[in-house]
Amino acid sequence: MQTVHDPSVVSHYVTDAFYRELMEAFADWQRDDRAVLDAPERERLRALIEREARLLDRLDYDAWLAMYAPECIYWVPATPGGGDPRREIAISFDDRRRMEDRVYRLRTGYAWSQAPVSRTVRMISNVEVFATATAAKRMVRSNFLISEFRPDGVRSLSGWCGHRLVGRGGDWKIEVRQVNLIDCDQNLRNPSIII
Amino acid sequence: MLKTIRASHHGADLFDWDELIQEDRVHRLIYTDPAIFEMELTNIWGAVWVYLGHESQIPGPDDFITTRLGLRPIILIRDAAGTIRALFNRCTHRGTTLCRKERGNAHMFTCPYHGWSYLSTGKLRAVPWPDGYACDFKDAKFNLAQVPRVDSYRGFVFGTLNPDAPPLRTYLGGITAPIDEWLDRNPGGKVEVCEANRLKFKGNWKLAYDNSGDGYHVVFSHRSLLEMENRLADEANKGMSYYRGSPDSKPMYMRYTGNGHHFKDKRPNIEKRAGGLWSVEGPAPGGEHAEASLRGRFGERADDILDLASSEPVNINVFPNLSLLGNHIQVFEPVSVAETNVTWYGTRVVDADGTLGAAVDEINALRMRTQEQFPNFGEVDDLANFEEIQRGLACLEDEWVYMHRGLGIPGRVKSGPDGEVTAPATDEAFMREYIKEWKRLMQASPRLVVKREP
Repeated sequence: MQTVHDPSVVSHYVTDAFYRELMEAFADWQRDDRAVLDAPERERLRALIEREARLLDRLDYDAWLAMYAPECIYWVPATPGGGDPRREIAISFDDRRRMEDRVYRLRTGYAWSQAPVSRTVRMISNVEVFATATAAKRMVRSNFLISEFRPDGVRSLSGWCGHRLVGRGGDWKIEVRQVNLIDCDQNLRNPSIII
Repeated sequence: MLKTIRASHHGADLFDWDELIQEDRVHRLIYTDPAIFEMELTNIWGAVWVYLGHESQIPGPDDFITTRLGLRPIILIRDAAGTIRALFNRCTHRGTTLCRKERGNAHMFTCPYHGWSYLSTGKLRAVPWPDGYACDFKDAKFNLAQVPRVDSYRGFVFGTLNPDAPPLRTYLGGITAPIDEWLDRNPGGKVEVCEANRLKFKGNWKLAYDNSGDGYHVVFSHRSLLEMENRLADEANKGMSYYRGSPDSKPMYMRYTGNGHHFKDKRPNIEKRAGGLWSVEGPAPGGEHAEASLRGRFGERADDILDLASSEPVNINVFPNLSLLGNHIQVFEPVSVAETNVTWYGTRVVDADGTLGAAVDEINALRMRTQEQFPNFGEVDDLANFEEIQRGLACLEDEWVYMHRGLGIPGRVKSGPDGEVTAPATDEAFMREYIKEWKRLMQASPRLVVKREP
């Protein structure tokens, strides 16, 4: 009998096999022959990604976390193309618990890098949906531009996201979000918001 | 060198250094003045041994990385004969940088501007249409300038332009003992660099070096991190929790070892046993899985292996730009008087003696995740505070910055041989000592040279 672990409390799902599968899933997925052209589905997944952007702009972290599957990854590579998180440092490679850690820290009132809190607006565009080998899973590519205001000015962060989504009974959850900053391998100033 | 131009902005009489650097305080100008910054580029970033990179970043012949010595763009390359060279990344013809990649392998560099090409030794290989020149290109002055002294200590590569600097080993002095211990806890006494958390802040580089041994800021600047990493713990002992309460009564200590180097040893706070480090490591992605899996396969030995993925509780600071802490190789890089890059290179272990076997990949994956914690949840807050210091220092009339914690309390700060100073972990004694060394260097008139292949 398998013990059931709460991924918010203990981290058992980030295993060798998990990393291996993740690397394979994010290796070669943006393929024309897998593009999903069905308009209602594309529209639905675009709405999901736009909603995530809105929740992050509004700092509605509980609703944001609820968009993710229980066993999920928020991944910001430090290597263009993604790199291998088993052998390389990422900017962030959070499992469910560390995502909740991240939110917890931002809420302590003592996260000085976010005092005052950044104001952001996120623009999402060029949303494309791709099928995968698993019927219930989709990969979505989207470009983003985040304008971030801090007291010394407005700056922008830009790049593209790869979302892996899993559909369960018409409800889609985010399993993995890979955030590819165009300057991910450069020295970044105050990368303390959830990108 | 053009003597008249040098004299205009170099020289010990630019400021009254004894007025700027006092026993208990320093003047705001050392962090804000562009003329002082410019002088540092020679008196500090040219005159002492500066960390340039790690040998594991250039393991094979013709492997290179690009880096900087102060602001000087450098190609750090292992030439075909295996010699590590720090070439000025500057075409001798018109000054163009030759190499714009951050890493790679090349047996020659061709200037994109007019096609002059150089071997990895720095020697000029060819120029296009040489019959249009009357000169002899065999003249050494056309070979690339390079750092005349490049040397390594156990994989850490340093360079200096100062022929009068002591040998690297002498310069490092007493700081080699903690460096050795930091390395020797890993299999084969080795680590490899593997990407980085790269950050920067709008502030002077010395704010980062001031902080590198600061035990006073921890529970304040990192309050959010300490609360976060202990939120699920039965006992609030994760990470740097030992700074809570009365840190000066704890067995940890700071030690200044001379030449600007210092060392914070927090290991005595941790139970000295296999698995001791792992027991205070904060939560990390995959942590429980790796622990269960390793215990199942390795039994009691699993504790030693898990310690390899845990942060080593030390701060080893090598003046002016290298800091070994946890498992990171942190590098400070000045960009301008009020801009600094801080790069936290991650390290992985190698299965040097064959005892880790397949577990090496597993423990390294976990080690990546533990290393991502502090830059994400701790360093960002320090950098925010450094930026706010730089902002505060715009108050022209409020001139002084204090570093006098521990000063003048009988018996608190202990002096040892060779200028060694030991003090409680929250003392600013190391700041006072290193800034005295900084003052000595700024008062000097170092003679800096480059080398060229004959």
